[in-house]
Amino acid sequence: MTRNAKILISIAVGSLLLFIYVAPNLINRIPGLPKLPERPFTLGLDLLGGVHLQYKADLSNIGTSSPGDALAGVRDVVERRVNYFGVSEPLVQISGTDRLIVELAGIDDADTAIKLIGETPFLEFRDGSTLDAVPTEKDPYGGWKSTGLTGSQLKRAQVVFDSQTSRAQVDLTFNDEGTKLFGEITKRNLGKPVAVFLDGVPISIPTVQTAITDGRAVISGSFTPSEAKLLATRLNSGALPVPIKLISQQTVGASLGKQSLSDSMRAGIWGLILVALFMLIFYRLPGITAMMALLVYLLITLAVYKLLPVTLTLAGIAGFILSLGMALDANVLIFARMKEELASGKPLSISLAEGFHRSWPSIRDSHVTTFISAFVLYAFTTSIVRGFALTLGIGVVISLFTSIIVTRTFLRAMIAGRLGRYTWLFS
Amino acid sequence: MFTVSLIVFAASIVAIFSYGLNFDVDFTGGSVLEVEFTNGRPPIEDIVSVFESSKDPIVHATTVTPLGELGLVVRSSDKTNATHGVVTSVLLKNWPEAGLQERQFDFIGPSVGEELKQKSITAIVILLIAVLLYIAFMFRALSRSLSLWAMSAGTVLGLAHDIIIPIGLFAVLGHFAGVQISAIYVAAILTILGYTVSDKVVIYDRVRENILRGSKAPLADLVHTSVMQTLVRSINNTLVVVISSLAVFLFGGESIKYFALALMVGIALGAYSSIFVASPVLVWMGNKRKT
Repeated sequence: MTRNAKILISIAVGSLLLFIYVAPNLINRIPGLPKLPERPFTLGLDLLGGVHLQYKADLSNIGTSSPGDALAGVRDVVERRVNYFGVSEPLVQISGTDRLIVELAGIDDADTAIKLIGETPFLEFRDGSTLDAVPTEKDPYGGWKSTGLTGSQLKRAQVVFDSQTSRAQVDLTFNDEGTKLFGEITKRNLGKPVAVFLDGVPISIPTVQTAITDGRAVISGSFTPSEAKLLATRLNSGALPVPIKLISQQTVGASLGKQSLSDSMRAGIWGLILVALFMLIFYRLPGITAMMALLVYLLITLAVYKLLPVTLTLAGIAGFILSLGMALDANVLIFARMKEELASGKPLSISLAEGFHRSWPSIRDSHVTTFISAFVLYAFTTSIVRGFALTLGIGVVISLFTSIIVTRTFLRAMIAGRLGRYTWLFS
Repeated sequence: MFTVSLIVFAASIVAIFSYGLNFDVDFTGGSVLEVEFTNGRPPIEDIVSVFESSKDPIVHATTVTPLGELGLVVRSSDKTNATHGVVTSVLLKNWPEAGLQERQFDFIGPSVGEELKQKSITAIVILLIAVLLYIAFMFRALSRSLSLWAMSAGTVLGLAHDIIIPIGLFAVLGHFAGVQISAIYVAAILTILGYTVSDKVVIYDRVRENILRGSKAPLADLVHTSVMQTLVRSINNTLVVVISSLAVFLFGGESIKYFALALMVGIALGAYSSIFVASPVLVWMGNKRKT
């Protein structure tokens, strides 16, 4: 077996394996074969639908702790808060020195998410007033005074359901300091009402029946179960160590995401068909080898997207489609040079070798310059552009490999075979 | 042909300066809300008049444009993300039966827009430097046969041509069709720059090869021969990339349509300018220095 045949076989086997990795769902449709695990591509929010939020943390008053620690603290709290949404794989990520990026896929109620993330619930117990206190302009809730017991002395909050009314309640467990304070408050206000204020609004005003010294309390406002759960989560997640401010927001509805995804797929398929037709018409047999090389390119690229994984966005897919054209570039260069050599009367195999040899500097140049662009774009710009730069850059690297190794192997195999006798097929 | 280039180039510069560039909220900061009325969009004049008579300062200051059959785009320069809430509530209140559905909402704080501008400019400057270094490096090998100045001038003028004309086109589109320049547009410009520079290097490389092969023809003829030799591959090469951008332009959906257009125009111009800008300049400058 020649060296070329060996390479050809490894390309064929490799492609098959890549195909299984890239599209297991197609293999799984064949009855009688063992089912393969299906691992989907990672899609960006603009294709899935979802919320992308960017926050800026105000790190001017962090005292002695380092900005990095403060930001990590913010991230942890925000992470706990977004977990409430139950989205799969919420992303909470520090970006730069004072930024936090939150991505929630499949959520379209951005306002609730923003509220949940940004606001620190302020829970406070107040006393010293009565239920029928007269509200005034200055103090609309009438005479309640802070007791010093707040959400910061909480150990845990959880949702419980009242055994008689089966209404949702929030069960609070205080820490040591809170337990002591709560004991004093209940002792002091025996038979009198104590108000539970949330964000400055009374949500529950129970009357104290007995002094409570075990550090447990129940807030029984008129909660729906989901409201109770939200409050418990917010209380549990604690306060943000520094204030944060929303500086950008992108919300994409699920329907638009779906449409964008199908649009991009359609664009990709059309791109492939159009370049294929072009290559066949202009280059005949070499055109076919270019298409086969392009299919190998496609498989490798898609496998890399899955493996890394590359998060595919609209712009990213555009970069990928553009790279399909660029992957053919090198083939065009090689074939053009080959045609030239054939026209000057050289035999096929020498023309092939010359074609590769002489077109190499041009191929290298166009790949290097495009790669520089992709690199600069990736390194110095923001997220939307980066998606494009990444797929373009990956495309450039892989196309260099496929157009040189794969195309050459295919062409050599054809020349070595019977087709080599028909020079016109190549010119 | 050189004159045509010159005229279009000059027209583009005039367009850029007289119309200015219509930047998207990505750069300026602000909000864009896109909604759809699944049961039919209310007449656009009604929406405008409701918004104009609104007491809410944000709703009052929005601009409204229809999108397709059922869609509506509402833009606001408000510096918070409040637009979403107030605009949707006004729409829901006035047209509760219209089947309002949100498609997307973007809010870009002023600092983020400013940052994008800075980053874009940095990226463009860095890429220009990288490209110049690259061509200086590539041309060093060629400079024994060809004037370094002539090659650099030809390439830089060619690149300026490839970049300025698409920007001019978008100045015109922005002025007359309301097409806005978004963040992704920067990617188009930089990709054009990186992609088209190699085309120019290829022709110069061919000129050198012909010189090394002992051709004694005058420079003008030599460049002409080289251009003709590389012409087919130049055009085919460009066509495959233009075809794939065309697929994105036609089928890729509304939001990246104009990005694909910019790429297509820029890359096509790149092939054109290698032949009709970079090559004549090489001959012109090259001859000038010899005498």
